[in-house]
Amino acid sequence: MAALTPERISPAAPIVPPVQTPFRRFVADFCESHIAIFGLGVFALILAAALLAPLISPQNPYDLNQLDIMDGRQPPMTKSMGSFTFWLGSDDQGRDMLSAIFYGLRTSLGVGVMSALGALAIGMAAGLTAAYFGGRIESLIMRIVDIQLSFPSILVALILLAVLGQGTWKIIIALICVQWAYYARTVRGTALVERRKEYMEAARCLALGHNRIVFRHLLPNCLPPLIVVVTVQVAHAIALEATLSFLGIGLPITEPSLGLLIANGFEYLLSGKYWISFFPGVALLVTIVSINLVGDQLRDVLNPRLQK
Amino acid sequence: MTVFIIRRLMQSALVLFVMSLIVFFGVYAIGDPIEIFISPEADQMERERAKIALGLDKPVVEQYFAFLMAAIRGDLGRSFVFNIPSITLILQRMPATLELALSALALGVFLGLPLGMYAGYRPHSVAAKAIMAISILGFSLPTFWVGLMLIMVFAVNLGWLPSTGRGETGTFLGITSSLFTIDGLRHLAMPALNLALFKISLIIRLARAGMRENMLMDYVKFARAKGLPMRRVVFVHIFKNILIPIVTVIGLELGSTIAFAVVTESIFAWPGMGKLIIDSIQRLDRPVIVAYLCIIVFMFIIINLLVDILYSVLDPRVRLSEAKS
Repeated sequence: MAALTPERISPAAPIVPPVQTPFRRFVADFCESHIAIFGLGVFALILAAALLAPLISPQNPYDLNQLDIMDGRQPPMTKSMGSFTFWLGSDDQGRDMLSAIFYGLRTSLGVGVMSALGALAIGMAAGLTAAYFGGRIESLIMRIVDIQLSFPSILVALILLAVLGQGTWKIIIALICVQWAYYARTVRGTALVERRKEYMEAARCLALGHNRIVFRHLLPNCLPPLIVVVTVQVAHAIALEATLSFLGIGLPITEPSLGLLIANGFEYLLSGKYWISFFPGVALLVTIVSINLVGDQLRDVLNPRLQK
Repeated sequence: MTVFIIRRLMQSALVLFVMSLIVFFGVYAIGDPIEIFISPEADQMERERAKIALGLDKPVVEQYFAFLMAAIRGDLGRSFVFNIPSITLILQRMPATLELALSALALGVFLGLPLGMYAGYRPHSVAAKAIMAISILGFSLPTFWVGLMLIMVFAVNLGWLPSTGRGETGTFLGITSSLFTIDGLRHLAMPALNLALFKISLIIRLARAGMRENMLMDYVKFARAKGLPMRRVVFVHIFKNILIPIVTVIGLELGSTIAFAVVTESIFAWPGMGKLIIDSIQRLDRPVIVAYLCIIVFMFIIINLLVDILYSVLDPRVRLSEAKS
């Protein structure tokens, strides 16, 4: 955008190492935006908190032995009956909210990333098939995509969950079904452009097999816009899962994601005990915003129209 | 145009057919239909009788056609919980949802349009930057959490607004709605704002982008050169041009507002169809689930069709029959 003017190139040019690989240039471009680096940093912290939850949490919130009912609904900064402080308060069971948020992030991120990867695989296959073979197959696949995208994501998820029932795998399946169409549309769009380029013609002239052309030649060149869609969709999946879990039709109570924690605090909100819902919500918000900040910068960096 | 509508109607019929297959095999074939349509208290005799009455001794394909025929006649079973036909139950709840969704859309337009136009008119002012920050927040904040925070601030801490229910309804021109009583409006304020937050952000962005684009156009320069005051140029000339994308988006967003009303209705205990479906899923009131899914898909097909037709009427450059062929 504005940063693409010559002043962006001049200070970096002398320091750039002689060999400029695409990856190095990508990293350098990404680092142009301070807010994107900030987003990436925050997301790295969140990811670390989720992965290391058992090590850094003051308490294991799902080990009943460590819970004391006397600690229930303590406001933030209270000393617990045990040895630590409830920095963010505790819920009705006497769970430390901070620990519950760390464990909740694990579930939320896990579901978000898994569903995004699943949808990526299916959407990529569908989009590549449509673009590479064309004809009837293409119009059939793209018509299904169009129809599905004309319904809001929450409605599709609601229909599927009403039919499938509750459960971690079921919500992942529902999220995959909601998202695959976005990937399929993006991949097809890019692949249609790539298909007309000379290297594809060369590959066909060499009489390479369909598989080899699609996976070794076409697919790698379709990746940049896909990476952007993956980031945006991971954030979207996390938000959607939280919403569905909040409504009580998403994850089961045994896998408390951030959405369930917020739902759990809802009934105490009316009596002024805000922290049970407030802090998991902040965690959710920070997660989504940090992913979106990274996604915004990726979109600028990977957009071929903005390339120098 | 006619060709387009016919093609879209055929496509819609196909979607409804696929939907009925999903619902039938999801709810009827996987679950036990006896448990779906007969209350759990029924004894063995009643179950056997019901099995024959419902035609469950017949092959699956025949059962599916029986289900389809009943659905076309508008018979989708009775609710276990309320013991009235599930279609009636949903239609009773529909006005509350429509009222909420339309209020939210209206709020989105009346707040979003002026804010967005201002942000586009003076893009470098502090106020414009604040407006854009609000719109970014509106995109990122999870709707249900904002709803909780609204309750916390306005119902619990300040005590200004009630947090649940629809309040008193008044009747005006034969329409019963919360919009016609003070109490009803007080109940409506928070849910409508909550549901509108995303629309406001969206319309701010559209109006700002439209404003910035149109300000550079020759017709604006010409109007200024003609000696028209800026006020008239902005509110008459530019305004008309900004409206085209916004009207389209409002049409498209009506559907998603109705769908997302599910979340807002659950938080504010708003007695609409969204709350009904969530309650029904939790109570396993399957006839209501089936009926809701059929009705909402039908509604969406109609809304999408109307939006496409409206779009071609508003913007004659779009030729539907050619675009989709």
